[in-house]
Amino acid sequence: MTIAAVQSNPTPAILPGSGGLRGALSDLFWRRPKFLLLLMLAPPLLWLGIVYIGSLFALLAQSFFSIDEFSGLINREFTLKTYGDLFQAANLDIILRTVTMAALVTLASAVIAFPIAYYAARYARGRWKALFYLGVMLPLWSSYLVKIYAWKLILAKEGILTWLLAKLNLLWLLDGWLSLPIVGGNSLSVSFTGTFIVFVYVWLPFMILPVQAALERVPGNLVEASSDLGASPGQTFRNVLFPLALPGIVAGSIFTFSLTLGDYIIPQIIGTSRLFIGQAVYSQQGTAGNIPLAAAFTVVPVVVMGFYLWGAKRMGAFDAL
Amino acid sequence: MTSAVSFKKVSRHFGSVRAVDAVDLEIAPGEFFAMLGPSGSGKTTCLRLIAGFEQPTAGSVSIFGERAEGVPPYRRNVNTVFQDYALFPHLNVLDNVAYGLMVKGVGKAERLKAAEEALSLVRLPGYGARRPGQLSGGQRQRVALARALVNQPKVLLLDEPLGALDLKLRENMQEELKSLQKVLGITFVFVTHDQGEALSMADRVAVFNDGRIMQVGTPEDIYQRPNTRFVADFVGSSNVLPPDFVQRYSGQHRWGSLRPESIRVLSATSGDGVAARLVGTNYLGATTRLALDADGLRLHAVVPAGTALPAEGEAVLLTFNRDSLHLMDEPA
Repeated sequence: MTIAAVQSNPTPAILPGSGGLRGALSDLFWRRPKFLLLLMLAPPLLWLGIVYIGSLFALLAQSFFSIDEFSGLINREFTLKTYGDLFQAANLDIILRTVTMAALVTLASAVIAFPIAYYAARYARGRWKALFYLGVMLPLWSSYLVKIYAWKLILAKEGILTWLLAKLNLLWLLDGWLSLPIVGGNSLSVSFTGTFIVFVYVWLPFMILPVQAALERVPGNLVEASSDLGASPGQTFRNVLFPLALPGIVAGSIFTFSLTLGDYIIPQIIGTSRLFIGQAVYSQQGTAGNIPLAAAFTVVPVVVMGFYLWGAKRMGAFDAL
Repeated sequence: MTSAVSFKKVSRHFGSVRAVDAVDLEIAPGEFFAMLGPSGSGKTTCLRLIAGFEQPTAGSVSIFGERAEGVPPYRRNVNTVFQDYALFPHLNVLDNVAYGLMVKGVGKAERLKAAEEALSLVRLPGYGARRPGQLSGGQRQRVALARALVNQPKVLLLDEPLGALDLKLRENMQEELKSLQKVLGITFVFVTHDQGEALSMADRVAVFNDGRIMQVGTPEDIYQRPNTRFVADFVGSSNVLPPDFVQRYSGQHRWGSLRPESIRVLSATSGDGVAARLVGTNYLGATTRLALDADGLRLHAVVPAGTALPAEGEAVLLTFNRDSLHLMDEPA
């Protein structure tokens, strides 16, 4: 283009506004970006603030009420008696059982998830990566109940697992395990071992994905640098990979730990007759009609998670963030 | 004397790509050796073959006379300064520097003392408590250097270590690296695509192209006596002259190289010299770079700033000393 053509270009330097409501709104949002932000954030903040936090506080308030044991009516006066009830041997048993199960499920999920996440983050490319995401997510698309009942069939005495072990001449191993106290039972489907297996299966994706995301952010040359400086693969894992993956493991464990703490369906379908916190809440607010005790039980996982996160922070789990 | 690093017909192929193709190379102990070449020329792969991150497809690599094929990086007494430093983000500077000693099982007090000394060596004393994220690019570069040197490696590998620094810092670091290498006497192998850096720092330079070494020699050899068109053009953008042109001035039908600074530009239209036309001037501060067109042959000349110049588009006469016309080995 010649200089003369540029100078005779008839387009104005400043374009007119597009007019109308849309134009006015666009200009307003551009001039006051905070107004747009407020408009976008107001609905979710209202939801979180009123509906969500509000009901949580209502729950908390309920836990400070007590129940009149003769009339079964709720006495709306502030008391710590309901919390005292939590420390009865039977209730303490439920809490201890649930927290132990949640801890074991979290540990097992982390151990199983790490190699899968490591492979996906470092080696899988293109088609294999897509297959990884599909493999991890696919179970999440099917109904939770269907999966649990499927596991009941797998773990049952007449199920495929017993059949497989019989074919492999390993039934003695299963029988030996089932004869153990606490973890054993008549069959896997009515034992804590069964509950554990199904918990790990159901929550595993929630561990794999954050660990994979954390490992993906670790530059490959850090592993090379560690090796270059004389660290064996084991030392590189302990000193570089694990600390850098720890925020992901903690993020995943928040899911596996809290989801196990609150679940009441899996231990009801697969497991013994001994209760977990979720089942206790379910029966207290339903058949027993003891809403204050149910509320107090619900506060337990919240408090446990609070301590868990505080401990994780003190251990430096979030330092690499 | 055994070489610090010795490549015998070393190849590294990635599928059908020959990243390194039958390279022979001897690096002497205590030498500051530069591998120079454009990106994708195989220089970094050669460095990774020495470090142990890559294994040769064919040929043999020896480090101080010992065969290194199949030896993992953590069993080689060779350390690397990575291009983007690769400092551990979850460790502070002192623990980063002490890392190599830590994994070797050196006691805490001893390794932290050695790390502090290494930090003083790179002029960062007292920076130990900081995190890598709190340092500038130049400081990170020094930490990476200290982290490698604290292990007292037999060979120090540097992968474009100054690439991410700004010009002023780069010039300072060039001088520092050079003097550090003299003091420590460790063999340095330095990968760069910057010919100025290679020429100013190295004792010897290997010029890479397409997975092969085109020429190995002192900086002066490489600059004054390039053996191929590629080396002449890549190192210092020499004027590559076609055989027909060269024959007129030297009597030999071979490719020639003429450094831009060897050409004198005269504002005359007739006389003894090459008739040309000035097509562009590029002011570079201390010098001015001229683009010239000699009957279809594109030439460059570099003249000191302040030289009186004819206007662009005018005819000029080019003269040069016959001795500065270098004849190259490459077949015509």
